[in-house]
Amino acid sequence: MSAYLIRRLFYALPILIGVNLITFVLFFVLNSPDDMARMQLGDKRVTQAAVDSWKAEHGYDQPLLFNADAPGLGAFTETIFFQKSVKLFAFDFGSSDSGRDIGYDISQRMWPSLAIALPVLLVGLAINISYALMIIFFRATYIDWGSVVLLVAMMSISGLFYIIGGQFLIGKLFHLVPISGYDTGPQATKFLILPVIVGVIGGIGSGTRLYRTFFLEEINRDYVRTAHAKGLRERVVLFRHVLRNALIPILTGVVAVLPLLFMGALITESFFGVPGLGSYTIDAINRQDFAIVRAMVFLGSVLYILGLILTDLSYTLVDPRVRLS
Amino acid sequence: MPVLLTTDVLIFLLFALAVGFGVYAARHEHLRAPWRSVVRSPVGVAALVVICFYVGIGLLDSLHFHPRIEPPSVIAAAADAGGTGEEAAPTARYSTQVLSVLDLWLTGLRERQEKTFSAPFATHLFVKEAIEQPDGSVLRAYPRLAHGGAHLADPAQRNRDVMLRGLLGLVKGLMAWTVLAVLLVGLLAWRRGESFSAVGEALWHGRLSAHTAGDGRSDDPSDMGSEGAPGDGIPWRVALLTLGLMLVLCFIAAELAATYHILGTDKVGEDVFYQSLKSIRTGLVIGTLTTLVMLPAAVILGIMAGYFRGLTDDIIQYLYTTLSSIPGVLLIAAAILMLQVYMTNNAEQFDSLVQRADLRLLFLCLILGVTSWTGLCRLLRGESLKLRSADYVQAATALGVRNSTIIGRHILPNVLHIVMITVVLDFSGLVLAEAVLSYVNIGVDPTMNSWGNMINSARLELARDPIVWWSLAAAFVFMFTLVLAANLFADVVRDAFDPRLRSAR
Repeated sequence: MSAYLIRRLFYALPILIGVNLITFVLFFVLNSPDDMARMQLGDKRVTQAAVDSWKAEHGYDQPLLFNADAPGLGAFTETIFFQKSVKLFAFDFGSSDSGRDIGYDISQRMWPSLAIALPVLLVGLAINISYALMIIFFRATYIDWGSVVLLVAMMSISGLFYIIGGQFLIGKLFHLVPISGYDTGPQATKFLILPVIVGVIGGIGSGTRLYRTFFLEEINRDYVRTAHAKGLRERVVLFRHVLRNALIPILTGVVAVLPLLFMGALITESFFGVPGLGSYTIDAINRQDFAIVRAMVFLGSVLYILGLILTDLSYTLVDPRVRLS
Repeated sequence: MPVLLTTDVLIFLLFALAVGFGVYAARHEHLRAPWRSVVRSPVGVAALVVICFYVGIGLLDSLHFHPRIEPPSVIAAAADAGGTGEEAAPTARYSTQVLSVLDLWLTGLRERQEKTFSAPFATHLFVKEAIEQPDGSVLRAYPRLAHGGAHLADPAQRNRDVMLRGLLGLVKGLMAWTVLAVLLVGLLAWRRGESFSAVGEALWHGRLSAHTAGDGRSDDPSDMGSEGAPGDGIPWRVALLTLGLMLVLCFIAAELAATYHILGTDKVGEDVFYQSLKSIRTGLVIGTLTTLVMLPAAVILGIMAGYFRGLTDDIIQYLYTTLSSIPGVLLIAAAILMLQVYMTNNAEQFDSLVQRADLRLLFLCLILGVTSWTGLCRLLRGESLKLRSADYVQAATALGVRNSTIIGRHILPNVLHIVMITVVLDFSGLVLAEAVLSYVNIGVDPTMNSWGNMINSARLELARDPIVWWSLAAAFVFMFTLVLAANLFADVVRDAFDPRLRSAR
């Protein structure tokens, strides 16, 4: 197991290097730091001196790949590539274009993101699985058909409308909870209710439909027929046999997204004013703060790869037939 | 003077491709059979009709041109009744404005601008203004709209007028529908060599039996119903019903839109209905071009990885794992930010705002394609791996057929259905993605009409009291209809082509 893990981690390395190269090319080669400085300074007729001072201030004043002026190893370390891209591997994100420490910001903003994403995931999972089970219980009836139509319709609604509708109905019409904002500690709960509800409802459409197909696949298997033939009641068949087997794809799917929960939900957070990583990213995009976007790209891919590894591991845990090799 | 925007070219290329593929599929039984089952499904047919309306509007909106400006002198000369014989008109001048055929068609909607917000069917502005009375006093009230319901002497007659015009539209729509239905029945009768009334009755009968069986998808009753219908099992009555519904809606909207703002106006007084119609093209472009631009890479790389194995496989797998490990939104954000930097620094390269917006749209499609090709590539790789060991491929290899020929003749035709399912399945997701991306300002150009931009600008007005809801509602209805139709259609296509893939997603 541990040998496998170590090997997987080594496989992850070239991928991360690839991600790093892509972001490097995107951010520094396609547009020179000069272009970026001009964009940030905003004016067409910026003097070269102003551009230079902006670059020096933000550490973009070095050559891209090779610094011929620096002595020894400095030829490679005192470059933008090393300072801005290689250092990401040590999770040293540097400071944002507005001068704040990105690493610190991320560690602070991770938790509100998690406070929304985790309940959404858990509650959503519970609701989707129970709903899908109910549909399966009533399969090939009008309840089944009507539910599928409802699910497809729910899938066809943009997530933006769920958020806007939720804010309008619950926040404005009924005045149950505040529309947006955040607080530390237990007071945060009242701010979290609405985003969580909206997140869960928005996910029902695609989630339940997917789980329904998982269940449908299981219910056509031989062992289910055997169970029926033995005279087991439908309830027992569903809960003891079908549910447990269908949980394998469901759980592994969930494990894959677990690490990404830290990244937060982009749109939800910025709509509800939650100071998480999602709204952090959106703010950075709107302010055109490249340093933060770069850091988040790297962090996102690290978490994605982590999710892949966890998925493989979880397969062996829930399904003993799968062996790691 | 016609203008060819890059996306226009691609759209028509795509359209030609689709037509060409249709011809190709019609000649090959293994592709024709699933499509036949698609058009036999009532849900599929209904969705297809709705999609056709959207596509038609989108295509009309893709024929761009610079409108000709009539120089005032020429008009004056024409008014002179051509006495002086100044026929040699000066060289035609064209406006820098880029319009589409749809714009031309909707000139009325486009030009009837109000000052600011007005509710659907309103006769008065949504906000109070100081109006100068004839006697010189100033009154704060809701002024009459410049165009919406301006023909009414007394605004109180509005409801009656709306009703009458709606009825007129209904009648016109029904008339158009009848013409089309008669044409269809006539065509069917001619093809089947039966009398017109017999075919018509059979069709009508099929429709009746569907009604008695309950308006269910419940496959069995509707299948039984379609047996009664003429033709090759195509549920014509569903098609005709959907067509009728769409036609009636279109005609009523057209009739009312001539004198009212049926979906209100937005902050700068632009007609929301016009915006929604213009947004259709954007949605369609994002939904289709994205898959078009990613197809070559995904298909070639996917098949190569599966077919050649070894080092090629490793490299391609590495490539798509790397790309898919970057969170999609962030990659798009990074790329669009870079495009913005490029555009601000090279503003002189773009002739017009429209061209600039168009280029951004194309770039968005490209980058969305980059983030979404990996799924298809993985599927194709798996399928080619399987096909590689099929007997006929082995035989071809043993006979010394070249690799390129094997791929072209044996592998590609056998993975086409996966490509097609992916194209159809991705469409709705991409349309929805556009809205979200535009909200984050990394979507289409803010000057471009799109549902995302509509939502984005309407969102800021939700805080008003009373609430300004119509822009949101319009974007919601238009988007929901398209995406729902696309989703339903995709389901039918998927089931027809490959029931196994249902679990793969």
